[in-house]
Amino acid sequence: MNDITLTREEREAKLEGLGCRRKRVEDIRFTQGKGNYVDDLKLPGMLHGDFVRSPYAHARIKSINKDAALKVPGVLAVLTAEDLKGVNLAWMPTLAGDVQMVLADGKVLFQGQEVAFVVATDRYAADDGVVAVDVEYEALPVLIDPFKALEPDAPVLREDIKDKMDGAHGPRRHPNHIFEWTVGDKELTDAAFSKAEVAIKELISYQRVHPSPLETCQCVCSFDKIKGELTIWGTFQAPHVIRTVVALIAKLPEQKIHVISPDIGGGFGNKVGAYPGYICAAVASIVTGKPVKWVEDRIENLTATSFARDYHMTAEIAATKEGKVTALRVHVLADHGAFDACADPSKWPAGFFNIVTGSYDFPTAYVSVDGIYTNKAPGGVAYRCSFRVTEAAYCIERAMDILAQKLGMDPAELRMKNFIKPEQFPYHSALGWEYDSGDYQTALNKALETVKYEDLRKEQAAKREAFRRGETREIMGVGVCFFTEIVGAGPSKNCDILGIAMFDSCEIRLHPTGAGIARMGTKSQGQGHETTYAQIIASEIGIPAEDITVEEGNTDTAPYGLGTYGSRSTPVAGAAIATAARKIKAKAQMIAAYRLEVHEDDLEWDVDGFRVKGLPEKFMSMKDICWAAYNSVPPGMEPGLEAVSYYDPPNMTYPFGAYVCVMDIDVDTGVYKVRRFYALDDCGTRINPMIIEGQVHGGLTEAFAIAMGQEIRYDETGNVLTGSFMDFFLPTAMETPHWETDYTVTPSPHHPIGAKGVGESPNVGGVPAFSNAVNDAFSFLGSTHIQMPHDFWRNWQAAKRLGVTG
Amino acid sequence: MTTPQIGKIHVTMTVNGTQVDGLVEPRLLLVHFIRENLQLTGTHIGCETSHCGACTVDLDGMSVKSCTVFAVQVDGANIMTIEGMANADGTLSALQEGFRMMHGLQCGFCTPGMIMRAHRLLKENPNPNEEEIRFGISGNLCRCTGYQNIVKAIQYAAAKLNGTEFKEAAE
Repeated sequence: MNDITLTREEREAKLEGLGCRRKRVEDIRFTQGKGNYVDDLKLPGMLHGDFVRSPYAHARIKSINKDAALKVPGVLAVLTAEDLKGVNLAWMPTLAGDVQMVLADGKVLFQGQEVAFVVATDRYAADDGVVAVDVEYEALPVLIDPFKALEPDAPVLREDIKDKMDGAHGPRRHPNHIFEWTVGDKELTDAAFSKAEVAIKELISYQRVHPSPLETCQCVCSFDKIKGELTIWGTFQAPHVIRTVVALIAKLPEQKIHVISPDIGGGFGNKVGAYPGYICAAVASIVTGKPVKWVEDRIENLTATSFARDYHMTAEIAATKEGKVTALRVHVLADHGAFDACADPSKWPAGFFNIVTGSYDFPTAYVSVDGIYTNKAPGGVAYRCSFRVTEAAYCIERAMDILAQKLGMDPAELRMKNFIKPEQFPYHSALGWEYDSGDYQTALNKALETVKYEDLRKEQAAKREAFRRGETREIMGVGVCFFTEIVGAGPSKNCDILGIAMFDSCEIRLHPTGAGIARMGTKSQGQGHETTYAQIIASEIGIPAEDITVEEGNTDTAPYGLGTYGSRSTPVAGAAIATAARKIKAKAQMIAAYRLEVHEDDLEWDVDGFRVKGLPEKFMSMKDICWAAYNSVPPGMEPGLEAVSYYDPPNMTYPFGAYVCVMDIDVDTGVYKVRRFYALDDCGTRINPMIIEGQVHGGLTEAFAIAMGQEIRYDETGNVLTGSFMDFFLPTAMETPHWETDYTVTPSPHHPIGAKGVGESPNVGGVPAFSNAVNDAFSFLGSTHIQMPHDFWRNWQAAKRLGVTG
Repeated sequence: MTTPQIGKIHVTMTVNGTQVDGLVEPRLLLVHFIRENLQLTGTHIGCETSHCGACTVDLDGMSVKSCTVFAVQVDGANIMTIEGMANADGTLSALQEGFRMMHGLQCGFCTPGMIMRAHRLLKENPNPNEEEIRFGISGNLCRCTGYQNIVKAIQYAAAKLNGTEFKEAAE
């Protein structure tokens, strides 16, 4: 039955499918305080766990005395490494092929490390117990500076593997060395440099930062002794992976582990890994037979669970005098902290850092990365970026500006000159990737025209003259960034986690009345999957988005998936949705043909149903097909209308964008003002422009935080100096700039709906845009590179160093 | 070392129009009283140091971060949490609607505190400009939205409450 009163456009609009600025489904509960986050869960008899943490960055543990703690009212147990050894859980494997202490075993390796786990009747009693645990330490020499890690007399941090010179990613050449990872053609690259007309070399550091979602990491573990089943509610970006990890390390049958990710209060990569808190809460529940909740506080979050970046990149570009790049060479010193707990696909110890050739046609390139241990928190998570992609983008985008400066060429012009051209796609980069699609020239031209780039440069030139004449104390910077990301991990041929291919999944079930449910292997942390996934289904099979429930995060009901990070939800799970929907559509077509008494080839799809070609009045809506699927399917066909798809992407996707930042800096105070920030993103097909723009605003704000102030900083003895929001910069509404967004659309040729992913682009592109603006402002004073973060103090320091302020 | 036992104290307060009471330790934070004793879990905890504002509630006509107030300090007080924000008929209030219409939230974790702060801001200044809104919510952190659409959400609500028209779309 077709609602003949509606036009085609009205029927399309009713679906709220692709391209619709659909309001979010999630907001109804979130705006009323009815979200369901982990800490909201309260089970009968639930206990609370809390950690005793190390005040030292490196120390031997002489003794741990629990007696006083066990006398504290409400305290039921105190777990230490010795207790965990009984269940073989004192150490756990990391996703990066290393092992990590769950509780300190003999020594501590970073400040804030978990030493003992106190279990009590409520969170206050647990805190009392933590204070009462007496730990005796013997301080050891501390290694904080990554550049000293590989010196012959450096303190040996990891005594457990000090003689094991064959690591998870090949040979190690020092007890503090984790791996050396190389890619590209060294000989060809060295040769290109030896005959280079122009070359630049710069140490570009990307400081240690932290994703710090507003909700910290937390879980509730409940072990049912009768059934032998463990249920874990947790802030997990990848619930299925957590289930498999628990099965492997706790030796529990996987069907008896139920992992549930309820609503998550932001993730940004912080909630991908497995942390000691999860293991301890699970063990505590098994030991006590009661549910145990673990909620980290903000200081613990900033100090212990994951960090991002800490990449020290020495970048070199060779070029002709005319500004044509001929080679790229990068060496990275990667500080992984005390344990290699990166959440990268297994075969990629430096993530996808080899996207570092960026948007440019480098004939040859060579990259080497040395991973090292220091007395800092373990990790190396992908903070709102695909694995190490933001580091790579920062490196190349800064280096291109430095080259432009050396050549005396405009940085936008240099980029334009070296872009991969539209006709070169699919493009094979010197470092091994196949870029799917792009039109970089069009995007950059649109950006430059919108911001009136030439006028900005003229204004800057005039301001510089005025500065030289002493008429102003303000300098102006124009930061240009053109980034190319690599997201959507990933094809099973080169991406896995713990040996599990990085596919993703969707199961769609349509009900008799024409409504349905889609269950997913991913897990939203604010991205709005419940809204956007339904839009893909709506466009594919003509069921209004509002009639589709999207469910994620329950490993018992959802098909296996690898989770949400690295902008993989739309590229991988989004494709699984379209694929599952198309299976349903194929069956629906057979049902419609049977009911309309024609051959299925005589049918054509029309918005929300099938129509007989040439007979417009003969139409069967998807809603009616749903009903028919449950009572009158063709002979021999199974009833029902559902499908599941496990999508193994043929390639990654390569979103790109052109960002311009205009900034003014007062040299006497270092105070900066972001005058304008323009962000053009090309994420292929746009599913929900409202959500895309929201993602871009948020990612740019995180980029602003990183570039202009954020840092996890340690003193020389390993004390964390930025352990609360007092010291760790999160911008408020006051300092956050106004964002201008724009777009071009270059669909991905291999993705079923042409979408590429967007959530992380603004962080990847935003950081270099800000940093380039600051560096551009100072460049006329003879500076080539100023390290991030560019806070007021460092800007003032830079001005002082350059001799323009007292 | 053990903690000396301190006697519990009886507190009474009005929360979302209902009188509630409890027997609490003097050290119990108001946010824990709200979340755990009253089971009103819309008020969130993001930092415990009164920086993030996720725990903001309305207390006797002021915006207060309930993670740094003891429950015993507010004996007799009148408190409103996010659970008290919807209209009497159960529909979304102007602010709640504004946040949805203007895409002023993503993960939703800061949202209750943000709405409670915006509620008080609009009582203090029914027609704030952008700068006043940005200053007015600067005690509340959001990691997802970049604030731009939160500003619009509050402008939307202000317009609705003032009976004027708000034409802008979320961006």
